[in-house]
Amino acid sequence: MIAMRWRKDIAYTGWGRALTATGRVARPVTEQEIDTIAPAFGNRRSYGDAPLNDGGAALDMTAQDRILAFDRKTGLITVEAGVTIGALARILPPQGWLPPVMPGTGIATVGGAVAMDVHGKNHHNTGSFCQHVTALTLLQNGKRRKITPDRDKRLWAATCGGLGQTGIITQVTIQLKRCPGEVMIVTERRVEDWAEHIAHLDASGATYCVGWIDATATGPKLGRGILEEAEIGSGLAPARPKRRSVPLDAPSWALSGPVVRAFNNLYYRRVPATGRTVVRAFEDFFFPLDKIHDWNRLYGKRGFHQFQCVVPLDRADTLRAMLAEIAESGLASPLAVLKRMGDGRAGYLSFPMPGYTLAVDFPNRESARDLIARLENQAVAARGRIYLAKDGLAKGPSVKAMYPEHPEWVAQVMKADPDGKLATDMVRRLDLRRL
Amino acid sequence: MEQTWIILGASSTMARAFMQKLAEQGAGLILAGRRMDDLKTNASDALARGASMAKPIAFDARDPGTFQPVIDLALKQAGQINCAVFVGSMPPQEEIDADPAMLDGVIADSFTGPARFLQMLAPHLEARGSGSIVGVGSVAGDRGRIGNYVYGGAKGGFATYLSGLRNRLGREGVHVMTVKPGPVDTAMTQGMDDLPFMTTPDAVADDILAGLKRGKNVLYTRRIWWPIMTVIRAIPEPVFKKMSI
Repeated sequence: MIAMRWRKDIAYTGWGRALTATGRVARPVTEQEIDTIAPAFGNRRSYGDAPLNDGGAALDMTAQDRILAFDRKTGLITVEAGVTIGALARILPPQGWLPPVMPGTGIATVGGAVAMDVHGKNHHNTGSFCQHVTALTLLQNGKRRKITPDRDKRLWAATCGGLGQTGIITQVTIQLKRCPGEVMIVTERRVEDWAEHIAHLDASGATYCVGWIDATATGPKLGRGILEEAEIGSGLAPARPKRRSVPLDAPSWALSGPVVRAFNNLYYRRVPATGRTVVRAFEDFFFPLDKIHDWNRLYGKRGFHQFQCVVPLDRADTLRAMLAEIAESGLASPLAVLKRMGDGRAGYLSFPMPGYTLAVDFPNRESARDLIARLENQAVAARGRIYLAKDGLAKGPSVKAMYPEHPEWVAQVMKADPDGKLATDMVRRLDLRRL
Repeated sequence: MEQTWIILGASSTMARAFMQKLAEQGAGLILAGRRMDDLKTNASDALARGASMAKPIAFDARDPGTFQPVIDLALKQAGQINCAVFVGSMPPQEEIDADPAMLDGVIADSFTGPARFLQMLAPHLEARGSGSIVGVGSVAGDRGRIGNYVYGGAKGGFATYLSGLRNRLGREGVHVMTVKPGPVDTAMTQGMDDLPFMTTPDAVADDILAGLKRGKNVLYTRRIWWPIMTVIRAIPEPVFKKMSI
C-alpha cells in the first residue's frame, strides 16, 4: 500500500484558464490511498472555478480510471470516478452499449459528469446524466458510503449536480443504453434566422439535436446557424478528420472580431444551402472540439469565459434579446450553441429545465465580463438559470435565486461536510453553503 | 494471431496503462504481481475493455517459487506468448546506505528476479519461434549517479541482460525490446517535485506499442532522453565523479 503524497504549490485552472488556484495536489491511484478529505477534480473541464481550491488541498482523481464491473447482458457498468466519458464511448459501442448521456467533451470524467449532472445533445428525450446513474460511492469524513436514489433521496439529490460538496465521488454505477450501430448519421441544414432556428428545434423528432449559432450575425441574420440532427446508424464507414492541436498560447488577434466573423461565415457555408447528410464517427459527433487538443489555448494567456444559460420555453424572446446584445457587442465569440432542453434533472442544483439553452464563449476581457453580468441579470429576470459547470463570474444572490432548491442542498451539504473540507473557490465565491 | 501477454508487476501504474491498451486490442492478459486485490480489479477492467482473457496470478520477483505457475498458465494459451516486465523498486538511496541489506531486494526486484523469470520463459518462446519481450529499465541504468546508484545498478544490469537475451532470441524470431523511461508520473515518483522531462504512464504505453510495431531494440521515452543520456554517458569519469546530477 502506497501512502498518498502531495505535490506542493501546484498552479491549476479550469478549462477557461481565466481563474487560477495554487495549492497542494495529490493524485491517488486507488480509492484506498485517499487519506484526506479535500475537494476532488477530474480533468477540470468545468470552465470556471468549480474544480479549484486556492490555497488549499485538492485531489486529482484521473488516475482512478478502471472499470470495476460490467454486465454485458443488462448494460450496468460500475467505474472509478476518473474514467472519462470518451473512454466509455470508445470501449462500449463494439460491445453493444453506449453511455446514455454524453457532454460535448469526452475528456470529462464520470465523477465530474455526476458533480455537474451534465447533459448531452439528447437531453430533450433522455434527460440528464445522473438520471441514468443507479449508485454512487462517496468518501465522507471518516466513512465510505454507497448511496442509491431510492434509499438516500435527499443526499442523492444534493450529490447529483452538487459540485462535489457531499463527499468525494469515487465510484459510479451507470445504466447504459443499447447502441444499435457504430456510426452517427447526421443531417445538417442551414437555418437563416432566430425564428427558423427555434421552429426547427421545436419540431425536431431526432434523438440527438443541437443548433450551432453564428453569434456574430446581426440584424435579419440574427440567430442564423446550422441545425444538426442525428441518429445512430450502422453499416457505414465514417470519414475520419485529422487530429490537431494548439501547441502554444495563441496571439491576441487569433480570435479577434474579423477572424471570428470570417470563420463563422465559412462554418455556415460549409453546409450546402440544401442541407446534407453525413456519416460521422461517434467521437467526431459527440466531442467535435476534442479533435483540436487544448483548443482553450486559442484564447491566449488570459483565458476565456463561457456563458451558458437556460430560459423557460415561453421566454425564447428574452434569449433572442440576449443573443442580439451579444452579437451587437462585437465581442468575438466563435461558435455558440443553442439547444432545446427537456425537464430531465436529478439534483437540487442540476442545470436543466424545459426551455432553450444558449452557450457562448468570450475572451477574458473587462467588456466581456460586464456583458456576462448583464446577461446573468436577464437570465434571472426570465426565471432561467446559468450553468455552474461553465461559470466563473456569477454572483451568489443571482445563483441562489436561479436555484430554488438551494436550501435543501445546503441542508444536506452541512450534514455531509459540516467542516467545509470540500469547499471550493466556486462555493466560496457564491457563498453557496449559506442560505 | 491470438496474443497473450504476461505482465510482470501488473499493479504498477505504468503497467495499468499498457494493459488497458492491450485489452482494447482484444489481447489475453496474465496479470502477475503481489497485490492480489488490485490485480483482480485490473482483471475486471481489462475484461470490460475487451480483453479475450484476464487472469490475476501471484508473482513476487523475490520469490522464484512463484515463477513456474505463471509460465505454466501462459503455456496453456493458444497463439503468441509475450511478456512485459514492469517490476522494480526504488527506495531512497539514503535508506539503502543506512541499511545495506536492502540492496538485495532492489537487485531482485529490478534485475535478478525478472531476469531469472525470462530465462525460464525463453526456451518456450524459442520453441514457438515467435513472441515479444518488453523489459522496462530506466535511464538511471545508463550511468551510476550519487542519487540512486543501487537502483541504477540494478536497471543497468537488467539492460545488459536484455541486450544479451535479444542477441540470443532475435535469431529465433523472438523480439526483445528494452524500454528506458525517464521520470514517469507514477506512484514511484509521486511527491518528487518538478522532475525534468516528466512523462505519463499513458504516453509510455503508447510509445511501447509504437516501438513494438517498428521493432525497436532500445526505446527511450520520452525520446529526448536518448540525446541527454548520450551526453551524460560521454562525460569523462574524472569530471562525472565530481558532479551531482
